[in-house]
Amino acid sequence: MADFDQELDASGLNCPLPILRAKKTLNSMSSGQVLHIIATDPGSVKDFDSFAKQTGNELMESKEEGGKFHFLIKKS
Amino acid sequence: MEQKKLAIIATKGSLDWAYPPFILASTAAALGYEVQIFFTFYGLQLLKKDLSLEVTPLGNPGMPMPMGMDKWFPILGMTLPGMQGMMTAMMKQKMKKKGVASIDELRELCIEAEVKMVACQMTVDLFDMEQSQFIDGIEYAGAAAFFEFAGESDICLYI
Repeated sequence: MADFDQELDASGLNCPLPILRAKKTLNSMSSGQVLHIIATDPGSVKDFDSFAKQTGNELMESKEEGGKFHFLIKKS
Repeated sequence: MEQKKLAIIATKGSLDWAYPPFILASTAAALGYEVQIFFTFYGLQLLKKDLSLEVTPLGNPGMPMPMGMDKWFPILGMTLPGMQGMMTAMMKQKMKKKGVASIDELRELCIEAEVKMVACQMTVDLFDMEQSQFIDGIEYAGAAAFFEFAGESDICLYI
């Protein structure tokens, strides 16, 4: 997994909390910085894809590892 | 790109029906929408400082029941005193276990995200409710005010 600037563990949280927490964390970051999100909600895979498309932040990576979902989002 | 707008009318005051307006409003706000919710009739319960929302299986054959309760307690059993409180407690416990946010939490996230909340003045008066019962920072208005925002909205939902 590529480098990241901040990490957000949203494990155990269900829709829409992972997205809301990610948005809040991104707000505190600067443009170009990368956020690593860890989630266990299977719905978050499609949701983070949609979130990125609608907000213009880039979803650099989305993968499942060790029963958890990992996302890398670069702030636009 | 111009900011998109979401307008919601929230008309229901039970625990289960409290979720859609707050989930959609908070998520839309996170996606960059400007959001307004107009609370009317039983939806006003969602604006109370003290939320005492309950859930009932009565009149709702689609509600999944824990531990085969629907077999042990057919419809008439659900009318027994204390049954609604018990169902509500079980539902809240299940939600907590599954990492589903509480209504308090989602409402707070909506406020943080500057979702505008409007209480229907007519139904506030109809039910003899007091403004002191409601959370701060909300507005009181009527149907015409709703249309001012809804008429310009990209998405308009009646819940």
